[in-house]
Amino acid sequence: MIDGTLSAAADTAVLPLKPSTLPVSSTVSPSGPINQFLEWFGDLGIFAWQVFRAAVTPPFEFRELFRQLDEIGSKSLPLVALAGAATGVVLSLEARYSLTRFGAKSLLPAAIVFSVIHETGPIITGLVVSGRVGAGIGAELASMKVTEQIDAIEASAVNPFRLLAATRILACILMLPLLTLAADFCGLLMGWITQALVEPLSLHQFISVGFNGANFNDLLPPTFKTAVFGLIIGLIACFQGMRTQGGAAGVGRAATSSVVLSSLFVILADVVLVKLIILFFP
Amino acid sequence: MNTIDQIPIQAATKRAVAEDHGSTAVIAVQGLGKSFGNQRVLNGISLSVKRGETLAVLGRSGTGKSVLLRIIVGLEKPDSGSVLIHGQDIAGLELDQMGKIRKKMGFLFQHAALYDSLTVEQNVAFPLLHHQKELSKTQRYDRVRKLLAEVGMEDALAKMPSDISGGMQKRVGLARALALEPDILLLDEPTAGLDPISSGEIDDLVLKLQQEHHMASIVVTHDLHSAKTIADHVALLNEGDVVIQGNFEELQNCDIEFVREFLKHA
Repeated sequence: MIDGTLSAAADTAVLPLKPSTLPVSSTVSPSGPINQFLEWFGDLGIFAWQVFRAAVTPPFEFRELFRQLDEIGSKSLPLVALAGAATGVVLSLEARYSLTRFGAKSLLPAAIVFSVIHETGPIITGLVVSGRVGAGIGAELASMKVTEQIDAIEASAVNPFRLLAATRILACILMLPLLTLAADFCGLLMGWITQALVEPLSLHQFISVGFNGANFNDLLPPTFKTAVFGLIIGLIACFQGMRTQGGAAGVGRAATSSVVLSSLFVILADVVLVKLIILFFP
Repeated sequence: MNTIDQIPIQAATKRAVAEDHGSTAVIAVQGLGKSFGNQRVLNGISLSVKRGETLAVLGRSGTGKSVLLRIIVGLEKPDSGSVLIHGQDIAGLELDQMGKIRKKMGFLFQHAALYDSLTVEQNVAFPLLHHQKELSKTQRYDRVRKLLAEVGMEDALAKMPSDISGGMQKRVGLARALALEPDILLLDEPTAGLDPISSGEIDDLVLKLQQEHHMASIVVTHDLHSAKTIADHVALLNEGDVVIQGNFEELQNCDIEFVREFLKHA
């Protein structure tokens, strides 16, 4: 009864856990947040490898991929557009106040344009999609897991990594940059409208001043970095969903953890990606 | 109310006219062991089923009956022992390699496990859509209708799984399990949670399908009446071991205390 002894020790913290006495069984993991985090990361890596292998070998699940492109892309568009537009308004108001205060009002269009396309549009899109799509994928797959539907797919000789995970992750990767462009567009449009409501400013003026000095390096790298956000959102949501245990409570936990973890990793990835973009696309 | 002794052994009698069973086991389980944590669920059990035969696996709850089926279909990995399907050891097979073997298997889950976002028709069409892509839409529809007619559910094509009863869900699950014309049928508690009439209907249906398709079948059940109706022989599990394996006469004449106790309460 080694496991029982260990469980009791872990519960009461009376006996120290020694590595040599830890059970080999994978169902009993060493306690401690660092070990759990490393174990989670290891499992995530194995999951990613399984999905990658499934994704690059036939048969390809194009039908499901197109369904996911619609589910993740088209159906997120209104929310992303609204979030982008709201961000454009807020940014415009805040930038006007700050720049006027420091006597740099002429830079207002450029400040809005660069803020939106460099950072605000991509990160807002990433976070909105991680909320909507992350929760959706996490809850859907978790529900399928606890009701044995994923087992049924596997028992039907269909690879669930290919059908469920690869299609969703690929759809996230493909759709995030497009949704980012939509968020950028709405943000800039509402940024201009907000300015134009305060003082006369034509769209032509706003664009010509705002994009003065801008080039493709200002637009493309920040837009395409959201493909990485898509990878993170899709991968974490599928992983959390497909490893769920424990009925309705497990489904709830999977949905919550999908959103929390994907949002967190999107922000952390953004830190690295911004640094890389500055480094490679100065 | 019939006692278990009074139930005619329909399967064994009717199976006498079945096609050649062949001498090679379609499913051969050898020394299968499985633990979850410190709980030993299967303790090196061995079983075999030939073409046209039906084995009922009986036992108390938590004795590893469903785990046995999940190992045979590759949803769980055994700690020890082997599972041979048509002589091929499934241990260590990749998911896609295992898929080739799974195409020969039909699996009915305990709670049917129908895809809740798909209609009954789409559920049954699912394996066909993925493995018989050469079928036209009309051919696939005809095949689905035929399968649903076999299980008496042809009127429920457009219904969602949530709109039909548990017994109906099991019928649809059975139709889905038969979609690829498997030569192995695995049934996990096909009559659990059903009223006696629905249970009897499922039993009759399974028996009819066995006779028509001559599959090698394993039925996991608590229901001794059901087992006697549809199975040729039984294996009784207790604490991870096979207590007795044989036909119903051997089961009823067995002197082992656990067997007598089980039959008494069945």
